[in-house]
Amino acid sequence: MSNEPRDVIRGSTDAQTKTQEARMEGVDNRFNSKLREAFGSSPFILTKFDKFMNWVRGSSMFMLQFGIACCSIEMMHTYAVKHDLDRFGSGVPRASPRQADVMIVPGTIVTKFAPRMKRVYDQMPEPKFVVNMGSCAISGGPFQEGYNVIKGAEEVIPVDIHVPGCPPRPEALIYGVVKMQERIANGESSPVTVKPYELEQFSDLKQDELVDKLASQIDEDDLVMRYNWADSP
Amino acid sequence: MSSYEEQLDTAEGVDYDAIADLLGDRVVRRETHLNAEGFVVRPDQVAESLTLLREEAGFDHLSMVTAQDYEDRYETIYHLTKYADRTHEVSVVVPTDPENPVSESAASVYKTANWHEREAYDLVGVEYDGHPDLRRILLPETWQGHPLSSDYDQDKPQIVQFDEHKNPLEDDHRGADSDTMFLNIGPHHPATHGVLHLKTVLDGEQVADVDPDIGYLHRCEEQMCQQGTYRHQIMPYPDRWDYASAGLLNEWAYARVAEDLNDIEVPEYAQIIRTMSAEFCRIAAHLLAVGTFALDIYGDFTAIFMYAMRDREKVQNILEDLTGQRMMFNYFRLGGVVWDLPEPREEWFENIRDFLDDLPGTLEEYHDLITTNEIFQTRVIGTGVLDPEDAKQFGTTGPVARASGIDYDIRRDDPYGYYDELDWNVVTEEGGDNYARFLVRMQEVEESAKIISQCVDLLEDWPEDERNIQSNVPRTLKPDPDTEVYRAVEGAKGELGIYIRSDGTDKPGRFKIRSPCFCNLSALNAMSKGEYVPDLVATLGSLDVILGEVDR
Ligand code: SF4
Repeated sequence: MSNEPRDVIRGSTDAQTKTQEARMEGVDNRFNSKLREAFGSSPFILTKFDKFMNWVRGSSMFMLQFGIACCSIEMMHTYAVKHDLDRFGSGVPRASPRQADVMIVPGTIVTKFAPRMKRVYDQMPEPKFVVNMGSCAISGGPFQEGYNVIKGAEEVIPVDIHVPGCPPRPEALIYGVVKMQERIANGESSPVTVKPYELEQFSDLKQDELVDKLASQIDEDDLVMRYNWADSP
Repeated sequence: MSSYEEQLDTAEGVDYDAIADLLGDRVVRRETHLNAEGFVVRPDQVAESLTLLREEAGFDHLSMVTAQDYEDRYETIYHLTKYADRTHEVSVVVPTDPENPVSESAASVYKTANWHEREAYDLVGVEYDGHPDLRRILLPETWQGHPLSSDYDQDKPQIVQFDEHKNPLEDDHRGADSDTMFLNIGPHHPATHGVLHLKTVLDGEQVADVDPDIGYLHRCEEQMCQQGTYRHQIMPYPDRWDYASAGLLNEWAYARVAEDLNDIEVPEYAQIIRTMSAEFCRIAAHLLAVGTFALDIYGDFTAIFMYAMRDREKVQNILEDLTGQRMMFNYFRLGGVVWDLPEPREEWFENIRDFLDDLPGTLEEYHDLITTNEIFQTRVIGTGVLDPEDAKQFGTTGPVARASGIDYDIRRDDPYGYYDELDWNVVTEEGGDNYARFLVRMQEVEESAKIISQCVDLLEDWPEDERNIQSNVPRTLKPDPDTEVYRAVEGAKGELGIYIRSDGTDKPGRFKIRSPCFCNLSALNAMSKGEYVPDLVATLGSLDVILGEVDR
């Protein structure tokens, strides 16, 4: 293989004059947006600050780049060309939870991962929102009976929107996200419907056989998560 | 080839009597599995027997280690085969006492046994004497019980620790000016392709040691399959192992093993459809690998990632027309496929031809953007080198092994489907570095396209009244009790194998998955020691692991 660029990318270096021309003409018109027209001659509006903030919040969402399982492949397709979630003001994925306000949970959550997911969720600044993607995140999905599988993300963190499917199509995920933006704009949020598993200090757990057994392995002030399978839905 | 090896190889395959002679009185008993003879050896003579088989008989590939428990014993099976000839197989069966299940470890003979045995210990509870590092691999350290052993109670509560991944070097940190430091990468990190956690020890900027911590996506695939009936309930699960749209390749792994177990024939027409659709999956999976690899190497959502996604969409559209789903196809059935090609057929064939016609141009574009890119080349040539000896020791397969010059591809070496009737090549590269692995994948896309186009030709001319998509399969399948079989196919990432032991019911008694990603990932430490951190990330990207398949 040679290091020469091939013909395909040569010869395509024409100056792009079209945009320039477009901009040179009608320079003033560009600022006369529909919104401006709607306001008429006085460009002022009166609204409640909360309402305005909610609208702003819903219109510019930063997603957490968070891949778990198969659903994350469809999530990538939702971000990428063709579906392009960005069209709806739901931003580009951010790798750090500190910069994100929406977490899409795209996959099966297992015991080892749930404490870490909780921590990532805790690291996101308020206000934050969660979209559950796929049956696994909703209920454990096809793996619900597994010994190691959490029966849905809502067992760990509060969830605003559930998008069913295995995996949901990108269109479905977009619908879910847009629905959530709508709700945010209306100032709605969802309550937690199940009692979530919490990260606790080991010494705070109720003393029982299991705790006694692990006492030699785990430090008193270590954080742990205790799963009670019998209480799971 | 040693003289012994020649003597052992007969025209039909392995001469099992000669192997029995070779192992001598180490063999307690012989059993017959559908794929190979099993030699039962004493638990304290495992390493010896395996060394003999590797050195004298040429069995250099430990494909999988299966552990299971019976009423009266625990058992470990070592499935051996050869890189030079996949049809030569032998199983070494090691029964242990149920009260005290300890047998000798094989980690000193095959490096890949290290991880396999840790998994067996974790899930089934067999302990391995002389294992260098016997701790849980998939489940959390504090887990109680071994979930795939028969006395496990799933309703018992569990406690999982969330320590902050303490620095294991803290104690022997040599003063303030030491350069050694500990770095946690993952489990939530954009470069790990999912939920993988790398415990990395750095010496300055160089990697001194990396210990992949897996199990963040262990969703009990084996248990799920053991709870499903052969006929219909198992097939949906393979789609979710390697979920990079490689679903049909995985389904084929199950179809192949279950068809062998139950003696089911597949009509030729269905075989061609299978071959064609599976190769589409391979293209989609390799494109994802290429796209995310470029993403790892030069930054955020760059052009090449978008290009790869665009081309994957095309493949997914074709597969959606065929199967009705974009990713979780559930299209294969035992004895064939679920339905015929979509109508109007001509239009669908046309779509495929359009895709195939565009493909050379598209690949040209990829090569312009990546292969010949100087930045890319500096990052990948000569980094993450896996030499052939290590590649074999770690049981790597698929593009990873082929990039280290190992000419091993199950589609050709142990043919199934329609592959042996078609004209295509196995791609190998000599470099063994990140660049070679990337090149192998790119060329394999071309080969897959070749296969597809031949299949389309065949399907187009297939007489209308001979379009037999499924053979007759009984409604309930109940293979004879204690039939054992291990079969593999060439998945997107390498040798994807399944071991089934039947127990006389319509559900498998033991269902064990051999995941190529699991083995490939175990080589990461050897590949990235002494390299820089960014090279570690590049190496991980070029291994192309899918965590769903690593953890199962
Ligand atoms: S819902 Fe289905 S596609 Fe999504 S993570 Fe679960 S198994 Fe995978």
